[in-house]
Amino acid sequence: MQSKMKELDPILEVENLSASTDNLPILKGVSLTVYPGEIHAIMGRNGCGKSTLSKIIAGHPSYNITDGDIKFLGENIKSQEPEERAQSGIFLGFQYPIEIPGVSNLEFLRVSTNARRKFLNKEELDTFDFEELVKEKLELVKMDHAFLSRSVNQGFSGGEKKRNEILQMALLEPKIAILDETDSGLDIDALRIVASGIKKISNSQTGVILITHYQRLLDEIKPNYVHVMSDGQIIKTGGSDLALELEKKGYEWTDNFIKEI
Amino acid sequence: MVNENLVKDVVKEPYKYGFVTDIETEKIAKGLNEDIIRLISQKKEEPKYLLDFRLKAFKKWQKMKEPDWAGLGYKQIDYQDIIYYSAPKQKEKISSLDEVDPKLLETFDKLGIPLTEQKKLTNVAVDAVFDSVSIATTFREELAQHGVIFCSISEAVKNHSNLIEQYLGTVVPASDNYFAALNSAVFSDGSFVYIPKGVTCPMDLSSYFRINSGDSGQFERTLIIAEESSSVSYLEGCTAPMFDTNTLHAAVVELIALDDASIKYSTVQNWYAGDEEGVGGIFNFVTKRGKCLGKRSKISWSQVETGSAITWKYPSCLLLGEESVGEFYSVALTNNLQQADTGTKMIHIGPKTKSTIVSKGISAGNSNNSYRGLVKMGTKATGSRNYSQCDSMLIGDQASANTFPYIKSQQPNSEIEHEASTCRISEDQLFYLQSRGIEFEEAVSMMVSGFCRDVFNQLPMEFAAEADKLLALKLEGSVG
Repeated sequence: MQSKMKELDPILEVENLSASTDNLPILKGVSLTVYPGEIHAIMGRNGCGKSTLSKIIAGHPSYNITDGDIKFLGENIKSQEPEERAQSGIFLGFQYPIEIPGVSNLEFLRVSTNARRKFLNKEELDTFDFEELVKEKLELVKMDHAFLSRSVNQGFSGGEKKRNEILQMALLEPKIAILDETDSGLDIDALRIVASGIKKISNSQTGVILITHYQRLLDEIKPNYVHVMSDGQIIKTGGSDLALELEKKGYEWTDNFIKEI
Repeated sequence: MVNENLVKDVVKEPYKYGFVTDIETEKIAKGLNEDIIRLISQKKEEPKYLLDFRLKAFKKWQKMKEPDWAGLGYKQIDYQDIIYYSAPKQKEKISSLDEVDPKLLETFDKLGIPLTEQKKLTNVAVDAVFDSVSIATTFREELAQHGVIFCSISEAVKNHSNLIEQYLGTVVPASDNYFAALNSAVFSDGSFVYIPKGVTCPMDLSSYFRINSGDSGQFERTLIIAEESSSVSYLEGCTAPMFDTNTLHAAVVELIALDDASIKYSTVQNWYAGDEEGVGGIFNFVTKRGKCLGKRSKISWSQVETGSAITWKYPSCLLLGEESVGEFYSVALTNNLQQADTGTKMIHIGPKTKSTIVSKGISAGNSNNSYRGLVKMGTKATGSRNYSQCDSMLIGDQASANTFPYIKSQQPNSEIEHEASTCRISEDQLFYLQSRGIEFEEAVSMMVSGFCRDVFNQLPMEFAAEADKLLALKLEGSVG
């Protein structure tokens, strides 16, 4: 199975990536390759650089890439704007989804979906057609229609915000989804909803990166690879068993890996 | 709903109304004195009462001092260096639109306001004002069938003199302020609207003001009278060419609403704002006031102010009639070195009067944007209420926003509520929208539109789309 995948071209290649913000180095040479159909989990203590890695892949302007490359579908995207990356199929699920007062969720979702569709040379959807599409996707995340008429994420509970992220992912149908602690702060039911949403969009053509602290999401979605990050580096990579071991032994156990390097 | 595609289409366009129409004009000499005023009055063949009105205003103006309390920074205006009357030369008496100079028709065509019978807008009657004169008014006959009078104020002076004599200067007296006095002395043209008792005006009325000459001021005067149980929606648009000098625009607008009448007055102001260094642009010093004279009458101002080097205006309501209602919905956007000092005055005089103020100020570039408003409850305004909401949005770190709410209450049995907020478009918000495939400029205009939504909802449909386009246009390149 694994070897068959490798015959395909990778979706995402992060090569020896180093980055800093305000001259403070955050990433110190991260390499990661995601092939179609693969699910990768990245774990590690707070502040180890997991979120930064995801933001840099999505193009956040606050970080400075000091070394290395990011390739998406074979193309170097280092100089692309965040919107170009999103349109071409990179999705970042935010750890803390941002509130945008006054902008209706429905309009936001429609403009966003159309930006992606335009890139794919698909017809852009008018308000009515979009309503149909979004209704179907709302089912997936068990969200009420009333969410659409509210301002983007404003006044949403933590769980509602995360489900709104999954809704966006379902609408945008990305090539690769990077989900930054989408599971934190969710109760069991919400976690199941989110997990089933992720399963729905992942297939043999797409890649998923799950950034998480907890085994419980990985019980729902079994990753092909688990990477442990520490101090801006991936210090260990293994199969799904690694997450289980980590859950048992805690991050202190991983401190030894650093010495190994 | 705001049309996002429209926003996208125009986001890259420069000020597209900046052209000058090359047309022969009749201008009088520069300067201001009694003779000039007599000359203007004579050109317009005015009755004596009006000449007296002008001369009296001029005397008052001479004794007044140009106000400086707003702290707006601008070079002293030389009132002797302005031409007070400038009109495109055309035939003395025009009996139909087809006789209007094609160049003028073409100008308004270019501005998106076609006037000819074949092309005119179907759902709105237009009075087109070019420099000092009104050149055409559409749908006059159709409106006349309903008893509605819609014409230039010069014509109204000739044909409806009794109404002018009865109402002119009753809402904004000549002595009201420096610029109102100046306008009263030299006003050239503007629109006149009269809605008879019980009539709902069958279509929106609109005036389009175009400044064409660089050295003449525009001093228009608008008077709208809504008789008992009548209603009208009036729209006003403004543009001007790009000159590197400043042009003074000092208008006066007076609205009068009798028992159960309602007037909705919407403005989209897009005078030339000057360039990025603040050279040129219109000084928009305007006095707008409505009088809710009748019981249960209602006057609603909505304005989108995006142009002008300096905007200085406070569309206000005098709430005299019992249970009368005043509203003010405003979006003011400033960019580069623009200055805006705008707001409203809600003067509650009668009992059970109600007013609502919603003001949204957006400052970008190095601009300065202030809300200044007065809510006053008089001794007889028992059971009256006001609600004010003033929000400011800052874009970039060089712009400034201020809120100056003045509250005076002489009536303990009345309620005044004031809310204010300031926000900034954050990098995280922009990144969030961008990370969903939305272009940077569009992300900004989405957030600005969202911020202004409460006000846009009050605008007539076509105006809302227009307003949204304008904002996007003005903000181009102001972020990041």
